[in-house]
Order: sequence, then structure tokens, then C-alpha cells
Amino acid sequence: MIDRRLLNNFDWGILLFAVTLSLIGVMTIYSATRPLIETVQKTFYIRQLYWIILSLVAFLFMISIDYRWLTKYGYLIFASGIVLLILVILIGRKGMGAQRWINLGFISFQPSEFFKIFFIIAVSRYLSGMKEGTVLGLRKIVKMVGIFFLVPAILILKQPDLGTAIMLFFIFISLILSAGAKKKIIIMSIAISLLTLPFAGKYIWGGLKEYQKLRIIAFIDPQADPHGVGYHVKQSKVSIGSGGFWGKGYMKGTQGPYRFLPENHTDFIFSIFAEEWGFSGSMVLFLLYFFIIWRGFDTAKKARDREGCFLVLGVTFMMMFYFFINVGMTVGMLPVVGVPLPLMSYGGTALLSNFFALSIIENVRMRRFALYY
Amino acid sequence: MEKRINIALIIVIIIFSIFSFRLWQLQILKGKDYKKIDEQNRLRVLNIPAPRGIIYDRNDRPLVNNIPSFDIEVVREDMPGGRESLSGLAELIGMEYDSIVSRLKKEASRPFKPVVLKQDVSFREVAKVEARKIDFPGLQINVVAGREYIYGHSASHLLGYLGSPGIELLNTPEYSGVPPEAFIGQFGIEKIHDTTLMGKAGKKIIEVDALGSIMKVVRIQRPVKGQDIKLTIDIDLQIEAEKNLKGKAGAVVALKPDTGEILVLASAPTFDPNLFVRGIKNRDWRMLVKDPKKPLLNRAIQSQYPPGSTFKIITAIAALEEGIIDKDTHYYCNGSLYFGRTFRCWKADGHGDVNLYRAIVESCDVYFYEIAKQIQLDRLVQYAFGFGLGKKTGVRLEGEAEGIVPTKEWKLQTRKEQWFTGETLNTVIGQGYVSATPIQIASMMAAVMNGGKLYEPYLLADQEQTDRVRNAIDISPEHLEVIRQALMGVVSEEKGTGKIAHSDMVSMGGKTGTTQVIGGASKEKDLPEKFRDHAWFVAFAPAVNPQIAVSVFVEHGGHGSSGAAPIAKKIIEAYYGKDIKTESEDDG
Repeated sequence: MIDRRLLNNFDWGILLFAVTLSLIGVMTIYSATRPLIETVQKTFYIRQLYWIILSLVAFLFMISIDYRWLTKYGYLIFASGIVLLILVILIGRKGMGAQRWINLGFISFQPSEFFKIFFIIAVSRYLSGMKEGTVLGLRKIVKMVGIFFLVPAILILKQPDLGTAIMLFFIFISLILSAGAKKKIIIMSIAISLLTLPFAGKYIWGGLKEYQKLRIIAFIDPQADPHGVGYHVKQSKVSIGSGGFWGKGYMKGTQGPYRFLPENHTDFIFSIFAEEWGFSGSMVLFLLYFFIIWRGFDTAKKARDREGCFLVLGVTFMMMFYFFINVGMTVGMLPVVGVPLPLMSYGGTALLSNFFALSIIENVRMRRFALYY
Repeated sequence: MEKRINIALIIVIIIFSIFSFRLWQLQILKGKDYKKIDEQNRLRVLNIPAPRGIIYDRNDRPLVNNIPSFDIEVVREDMPGGRESLSGLAELIGMEYDSIVSRLKKEASRPFKPVVLKQDVSFREVAKVEARKIDFPGLQINVVAGREYIYGHSASHLLGYLGSPGIELLNTPEYSGVPPEAFIGQFGIEKIHDTTLMGKAGKKIIEVDALGSIMKVVRIQRPVKGQDIKLTIDIDLQIEAEKNLKGKAGAVVALKPDTGEILVLASAPTFDPNLFVRGIKNRDWRMLVKDPKKPLLNRAIQSQYPPGSTFKIITAIAALEEGIIDKDTHYYCNGSLYFGRTFRCWKADGHGDVNLYRAIVESCDVYFYEIAKQIQLDRLVQYAFGFGLGKKTGVRLEGEAEGIVPTKEWKLQTRKEQWFTGETLNTVIGQGYVSATPIQIASMMAAVMNGGKLYEPYLLADQEQTDRVRNAIDISPEHLEVIRQALMGVVSEEKGTGKIAHSDMVSMGGKTGTTQVIGGASKEKDLPEKFRDHAWFVAFAPAVNPQIAVSVFVEHGGHGSSGAAPIAKKIIEAYYGKDIKTESEDDG
């Protein structure tokens, strides 16, 4: 099934960096959840290791399938994704105030994690159907919003999962901008959003859940309620800041195991890493992530066709937004939305979907030389 | 297309740079501040209270104990909210739901801080809470250092009690290391010798997690136990004295004449210092303060009353020493003497012809009026001062009263009046302006018995002080012997006013005294208690080489012979009974 020539074109960098980051993740999860009084280590890190192995298998499997199969069946995949989202609402499992999981008996997973990629595949299929050099007009854009965005956004907000909905929106906008829109439309939409923000803000504010409002208040003034929602942000900043330049050293961080920083092995894993490895370690980590994003953009440029290009752009944007929103939240520059750090945060579905995304980059990169195929 | 991807890449680089600058700001520029917050997060300094010194009696019996005291606390953060859980908790520890809620509300801003719900609970309650702890997360028992006064009410004025220190006190150098939650001596020995007893609190630096659970001990500085104190008090005698004062207001002081050691320093009514250990409740405090019998007053050193006929001892010595009388001088008593007005003898039909011996034994007032007519007040008061009246004895307790020895200058100053010789007649029999405390009277008796050495009465057994003699009065031994004989007669003679104190066990001497509350002869039985006379009895034993001097004072006790003398007898017998008992035990 796999051509020898394909193997020659296999980009080891993407896989190597991804595996490195996920192993750093396991190490950090181990440290963050290490016990201090009891002697039994919690099993989070082992479960994460299993997920990494599973993700690698999925990665290898996915790159063996030509990505054009994905775009070919893009609309079907999109439709099945919608079905899954509806199923979540109908039979989903509740956890932490939201209904995001589907329980398959032996495993439970969050369909919205995968749906983002299904969405990218469908939008890429649509965009690649356009002629090279044409830009999107207003009618096209409205049509796309109607077909691809509106229904899933409503279904995801219903769970509720504001983080994923925002992510979907950002990916959508980024893809449209990449495909090219009329300058008039870009300028107009910026102007309109600036003008309507105060009014829309009011409606959005009214529609927000109480905890979402609190998070925004906490973001604006973290000191207002030290043990409430702002507590997350404050303790996250303390964790990062106390790391200094060189960090406290691996397994020497205190904020996580001492439980001052909640959700330390999931959404706030970067704070734990920065506490133990300091500014120097964080810069190295940034470089690893930057390499992956850069590799994504590079692959998009070199892609053999427009389908490949949009696919790779979509998943690269996705990884990028995950990273920026998560880090921005932990350093106190963005409000707290439940977005994990790609590849590192504890959580199986997210990890699997990250490797799925990377497999698409690898897939397109491997098959970039049309002439030899 | 490629152009747009390049724009995206530039945006990505810009955002990466912004985040890097943010990290620089957090970790390098503000790194030190965050490190400090991080340490404050998890490092706590705990005070380890120092065990307080134990107070022993002269026979090495502990009078106080350090005991653990248990508090029920709750950490709000660990507690699942909800009315149901709280009312279950209220039921478990037997508290009102509302009072739990109000206690928790006070500390609402600090959810990790344990809130004390109930102080000083019993072992039963501790066991109950421990058994149900699993149903009420956040519920915990805290062990606090407590103090137990083993003999309860006994010697309460002497031992004193503990209380919370005031802020100003904690700023003084002596108390600089004392943690604010500590209890310090507030009264009595506990207060006077607080710095000796309290020791030095230790410190423990611990790491805690967000829930306040101790993760590890970083550093420990052990507390230094306070020094023990041994008192001169004999707790058995003290209890005997208090038993006999029960239901009355009064005081008993017993001293060793040849050293000034205090064997008994009892005041009635007493209070229970155990009430103060963890901070006294408002209700208990109000009861103590509003009690008309003033239980917090240490009558042994604080109440001053005319000493009545016990003062005749001083008058007699003064008259002998000044050469106004000798032991054979006799006067005729027909029941009264006219000097400007009629001065009555307590015995309305008179004592007949009395010499000094009889005058003391039968406490004849007229005999002393005759002395008063001849003695200079200035001379008389010299003897009163010499035997320690009119100034503090110097016992190391707070609030000692001075008493009054009236002089002409004193009267001019306080009353703006001249002294009348008639007033000397009152003074010589211990009435009128003169007043003394029970410890002063006991101290005077001790000095008369030891040949005129006035000791400073003391309470700390191991406090060897070479110069305890405050004043050595030069009195001829023959005169003192005359007085001693007469005082023996008071108890042993059939007509002696103190014959009620006569003991078959041990020979003793003494002198009664009666302080008139309202003037004129009165049949005490008919009077309501508050108008009855105050009773005094001052005694010594045995007859030769006295080993104990006792003063007894009973407010509204009636006549000295009936109200106070039996108590003195009981204490002296207890003192000797004990000696005999221990000796026979030694023999066995």
C-alpha cells in the first residue's frame, strides 16, 4: 500500500517533534500529579502513554491513506460528524457541567474534538473546488456560513463547549482569509464588528453562562476574588513566575502537587512546565511548537494541489489556535476557556485528534511530488 | 496563496514573540515576587506552645497540671456545602445550626483557615467526632495546651489564672516571643512569676498544600519548658482553712515565725481558676464580678479592718517598753472609764481588779484605756509600725493593702482635724482609725514570737534570701515573755476569751479581736448578718518555740472568740496532727 518513494519523502521532523512534545507532556503530567504524602503515583501518566501509542498507530494508519480520499468523501465525513454532535446531545454523558462525551462502553470520547478536523476536510473540499486566483464574494461566504458553520456551532454551543465553538469560528475565518476574500468584504466586516461590538456584546453577555461571565470578570481583574475563578489565573502566574530563568528543576515544582494550581495536568500543564524548567525551558518548548506550525505552513506552500493546501492550512491553524489560546490563558493574557495545550495536556481524545491533524500534514507532505507519482 | 501563508507565518512569529516577552516579564522581571508568593502559598510558621512550669506545694505536690484541651474545628474549603450537611454536623456536635453558620461566616474570606466550632470538648465528644469524621470532611480535632488547677477552688487567689495577653503586653521585651494565641498569667502567682513559668515557645516551619494539609516539616525549633515553682504553701492546711471558711467571707494566714514562710494564705469565698483556662465565659465572669461577697478579692492581703483587741498585744508591749506599766501594775475595771465621755469595757459589769496578765486574758478594755491616758500616741505608733502595721508586708502578690496606723499628722492630712486624746483610747483597743490586713496581723504575731524580727512573708520555697528581716525591733525578752504567758492564758484559762481554741493536742496561745460594725453594745444573735461584728483571732503554737503563727479574720463573724478562734484551732491541730501522722509513718 505504501510506496517506497513515499517512505523516502516521509518527513521525520514532524513525527519526532510531535512525539517529543507528547513525551514532555507525560513527564510533566507525572510531576504535576506526583503524590507527596501517599506513596502511590496516580496513573494519569500511564494512561497518557497508552493514548500516545494508540495515536501513533492511528497516525501511521492515516498517512497510508491518500489524503485525496478524505476530500473526496469530505461532505460525507462532515455529515457523519453532525450526526455524532446530535448523538452527544441525545445520549451524551454529562461531566463537569457539560455534555460533551459519548460513552462507547470501554471508552468515552468527545466528538467535538474530531469534528473540527471533519469540518476542515469539508471546507477544504469546498474551497479547493474554486478556481485558482478567484476570491470569495459576500454571497459565497454567506452560503458557506450557512452550509458548514451555523449548524455545528449551534450544536456545540448547546453542549455547551464555548472553547470548541470559538476554535471552529477562528479556523473558519482563517481558511476564508487564506482562500482570499474581496478586500471590500474584509474591511467591511472589520468595521461592522467594531461598530456592533458594544450591542452584540450586550447580547452575548446576556447569553453567557454564569461561570463564563465569572471567567471574563476574573480575566479583567484576577485579584477581585482570590479564591474564585481568578484564582486559576493568579496561581498559574505564580507557578510560571516562580520558575525564574532556569526553573525549579524537574519534579521540584510545588504549585501542582500541592494543589495550589487546579487542573494542573490538563489545561494548566504549561504553567507546571514553566515552573520546573523556567524561561529557558519554555523558550525551547516554544521552538518545538513553532517548528511544527512552520512545518505546517511550509507543507501548505509545497502541497501538490489546492485540496492538500487547504487541508494542511486548516489543521495547522487548529494546532496554532490551540497553542495560542492555551498559553495566552496560562500567562494571563486571555480569559480562561477550557482549551488544552496540544500534544501535552492530559486527555486522550484531544491527543488523538492532534495526531490526526499532524497525520494530515505528513500525508500531504509525503505526497507533494505529483510528477513522481 | 503563498503570499497569504507568509503573512500568516509573520503573524505567528509576532504572537510567539509577544508570548516570549510575557514570559520574560513573568519569570525574569517579576520572578522574585512570584517566588515570594509561591513560598507564602505553602510555607507556614506554626508556634509550638511551651509547656508551662508546674507549681508545687511545699511537699512537692503539684497544684496545677498541663493538660491537652480539645477543640472541634472545621475547614470550610474541605466541607461539602449545603444545609443538610451542616445541620447533620450541628446534630453531631450538639450545636445550634445558626451558631455554626454565623461562626463560619466570620471567617468566610479565609476558606482554608480552620474555624473553631466548639472549645474544650470532652473525650467522649472527641471520640464521637473521630468516628464520624469520614462523613464530614473538613471536620477535625485540634489539641491545645490547657491548664488544670488540680484542687479547683483551693488557693485560687494565690495561684491566679491565665488569660489572653493584650496587644500592648506582647510588645514589651519580656513578652516579645510570646505568640498572640498563648494564654499568660493574669493574676496571682501565675502572673507575678509568669516569665519564669511560661518558658519559650518553639517554632515549626511547615509546607502545606492548598487545603492546608501538612506536606513536610521544613524546620523545627523545640519549645523550652517553663521553670517549675515550689511554694511554701501546704495544700492540706490550705484546704483545711478554706473548708472552715466555707460559706463565710474571710481570710486565714499561717506563717512560720522563724522564717516568714507562708503556710496558708486563704481567702473566702474562692473562685475556680479552671473557668479562666480557655478564656472565661461572659456569664461566669459577670457572676464573679457581681457577687456581693467579691470572690476575686484576696482578703488575706487586700481587706483592711480595725484589728480590734488583737492590737492590745502591741499596746501592752509599748506600755511595758515605755515604762508606763510593769507586769504587776493593776487597775480597777468597773465596766467603763470616763475620759471626756464614757468609754465602755466590753464586759458591762466590769472585770474588777486586773493586772496585765488578766487584762490580756480577759481582754479588759478599761485596763488599756488607763494605759492610753498615759502613753504618747507618737510612741505607741512606733511600736505598731515596728510590728509591720501601716505598711505592706512585701509579700510578692499584687494589690496588697497597707492598712492604717493613725498618727497626728495622718489625721491632720486626711481628716483636717487635730488628734484628740480620746481617740487614743479607741486606738489602744484596736478600734477607730487603725486598720490592718490578716497577713499583717499574722506577721505581727510571728515577730512577737520570734523575739522581734519582722520577716517579709514569702511564698517561693527555693527563694533563699539572706535578708528577709525587714525590721528588728528591740524589745526586752522579759517583756515578750510576759506577753507570751498572757496569750497562753487567753486560751488555757477558764475565763480566757479564747478558751474555745483550747486543744488537748497542742499547747497554744492567741488573742481574740472584734471589730465593731455598728456602735454600742449589741446582742449579736439578734442582728442581721451584715450588722454583725467582724471576728479576729491571732494564734501561735506550740507554747515554747512556736512553729506556726495564724491569723483568722471572718467578716461579720461575730465575736472573735466564737467566730474566728475555732478556725485557728482547727488549722493548728491540722498542722500538728499532720506532723504526728508523718512521724508515726516514719517510725513504721
